[in-house]
Amino acid sequence: MIHTDNLTKQFQSTLAVDRLTLDIPEGEVFGFLGPNGAGKTTTVRMLTSLIAPTSGTATINGLQVGRDDTAIRRMVGILTETPGMYDNLSAEFNLEIYAHLYEVSDPKGQVDKYLRLLGLWDRRYDEAGTFSKGMKQKLAIARALLHEPRILFLDEPTAGLDPEAARLVRDFIAELRKEGRTIFLCTHNLDEADRLCDRIGVFKSRLLVVDSPARLRSQVFGRKVVFHLKQSDEKLAQNISTLPFVHDAKAIENKLLVTLDDPETHNPDIIRALVGAGADVQFVGELRHSLEDVYLRLMQETK
Amino acid sequence: MDKIKIIIRKEWAEVFKNRMVFFSIIFMPLMMTAIPLIILYATGDSSAGDLSSQMPEQFSRYCPQNLDGTECFQFYMVTQFMFMFMLIPLMIPVNIAAYSIVGEKTTRSLEPLLATPITTSELLIAKNLAATIPAVLATWIGFAIFAIGAGIITTSRSLMLALMDPLWLIAIFIVGPLLAILSVNFSIMVSSRVNDPRVAEQLSAVVIIPLLVLFFGQISGFIFLSRQLILVIAAVLLVIDVAIIYMAVRLFQRETILTRWK
Repeated sequence: MIHTDNLTKQFQSTLAVDRLTLDIPEGEVFGFLGPNGAGKTTTVRMLTSLIAPTSGTATINGLQVGRDDTAIRRMVGILTETPGMYDNLSAEFNLEIYAHLYEVSDPKGQVDKYLRLLGLWDRRYDEAGTFSKGMKQKLAIARALLHEPRILFLDEPTAGLDPEAARLVRDFIAELRKEGRTIFLCTHNLDEADRLCDRIGVFKSRLLVVDSPARLRSQVFGRKVVFHLKQSDEKLAQNISTLPFVHDAKAIENKLLVTLDDPETHNPDIIRALVGAGADVQFVGELRHSLEDVYLRLMQETK
Repeated sequence: MDKIKIIIRKEWAEVFKNRMVFFSIIFMPLMMTAIPLIILYATGDSSAGDLSSQMPEQFSRYCPQNLDGTECFQFYMVTQFMFMFMLIPLMIPVNIAAYSIVGEKTTRSLEPLLATPITTSELLIAKNLAATIPAVLATWIGFAIFAIGAGIITTSRSLMLALMDPLWLIAIFIVGPLLAILSVNFSIMVSSRVNDPRVAEQLSAVVIIPLLVLFFGQISGFIFLSRQLILVIAAVLLVIDVAIIYMAVRLFQRETILTRWK
C-alpha cells in the first residue's frame, strides 16, 4: 500500500530523511517512532504529497509521489500535528468545507456521520475555537476521515491530550484498524504504539529498525524467562548456562533469569534440568521489556 | 468549481465574523460616497458666490464649457474624489487578501488545506474572488449611491451630465476591478511570503502609493484625469495585472510556504 525506495529529503545543509526504504501492506498499522526533529513529519509530508522528495521514490497504492500528487491527496487522510481548525467557524462548517474539498459525494451525510461518531453532534453549531484540545483533535480526526480514505497518516494524534481524551482517540484508532484501514502513526507515546501497531519503525533521519513490537524486544534485549525457585544459587545458574540453547543465566535472590531465543520450545527442557538438579520450580514467566526500553536502547546506540 | 465556492464561503464567513474587518470594509465606501455628496450639497448654495477662483488655474481649461463658475468648482471637487473612489477597490482587498495565506499559516490550517486535492490555481482563484468581489461590489454600490445622490442634490443638468461622463464609468467599471485584482494579487503574494499578518497588511498597503501620487498630482494641478489618461491607466493596469497574477502563482510554492513557516 505504501512503498518507499531510498526516499530522501534534504533542506539546504540538513538531511531530514536519509534513504528511507519501507513497505507497508494494506491494513497494517505502522508506528513511526523517533525523537523530535528526526524527520517524521517531513516523511509524512512527502508521503501525503505536500512536499517533494529530493531523491528516491514513494508510491501510495501505486500512485507516485511527485507525479500523481492530486490523486494521492484525494486518496489519503491526514491528521496534522496541530488540528488547524477555523476557530471562528462552527464545527459543522469546518467539516463541510473539507467535505467539499475532498469531493465527497454526500457532504452533509458524511459530516453528520462523523459528528455523531466522534460525539460532537451536540456541539456542531459551536465555533471550533470554543472546543477543548481533545474535542478539536476529534474534529480534526473527523476531517481526516470525511472522504473515507483507506490510508491514514496520523501525526501525534494524542499529543497534549489529557488521559481521558487520549484514550478516546486511541480507541477510535483501534476501531479504524478493525475496519482494515492502513494507518501510518507517528507518535512519541510508546505505550500507544505498542498497543496499536502491527509493526514499528524507529527513525532518526534514517530507519534504524523495523519489526513487530514483540520481535523488536527480542532483537534488542533477547527473550528472558524468569524461573521462580524455592531456592536458587550461582551453581544452579552455571548448570543451566551450559545448555546449548541458553545464552545467559543469572541467579538473583530466589529467581533464575535465563536468556534464550525460543522459550516456547526450551522452557520444558530448562524445567526438567532444574528439577533434575533438585530445584523446586514455583512459577515461570517471561520478563517483558517495555517498548520504551527498546527505544531508549536504540537511541543510545545511535549516539 | 465546488472547491472554489466553498473556499469563498469560508473566507467570507471568517471575514464577516470579524467585526473590525467588516467595519473597515463598510466604512471606507460610505465615507468615499458621503464626502463628495456633502461637497456637492454644500457648494451648491448660490449664496456662496462664484467659487471658481478657489481651484487651480490649470483645471479651468478642462472644465466643460457649459458650466458656470460654481458648477465648474463643484465639478473640480467631485473629480478629485474619483481618486478616492479608486481607493476603495485598492484598500478593501488588503484587509481580506493580506490575511488570506498568512492567516492560514498562523492558525495552522494551511497544512490540512494544502493536503486536500485542491490545486494551487483553484486555491488562488478562490482567494482572489473572495477578496475582489466585495471590493468591486462596494465600489459599484458606492458609485450608484453617489450617482443617485448627486442627481437629487444637483439642480444643474449640465453639471450632472459632466459628472456622469464616460470617464467616470470607465474608471468605476473597468479601472476599479483592475485595481482590485492588482491589490488582491499583490496582497496574496506578500501574504504567502511573510509570517506575520501585521507585516502582510502593512506591506500590502504599499499598493496604494501610485494612486496617491496621481491624486496629489491632480490636486496640485500637475495631472488632470482625462479620458485618455484613464484609458492609459486601464491598459497599463491590465498588463500589470496579468504579470502580477503570473507572479503570485509562481511565488506560491506549497513546499516553501509549509516548510519555512515555524
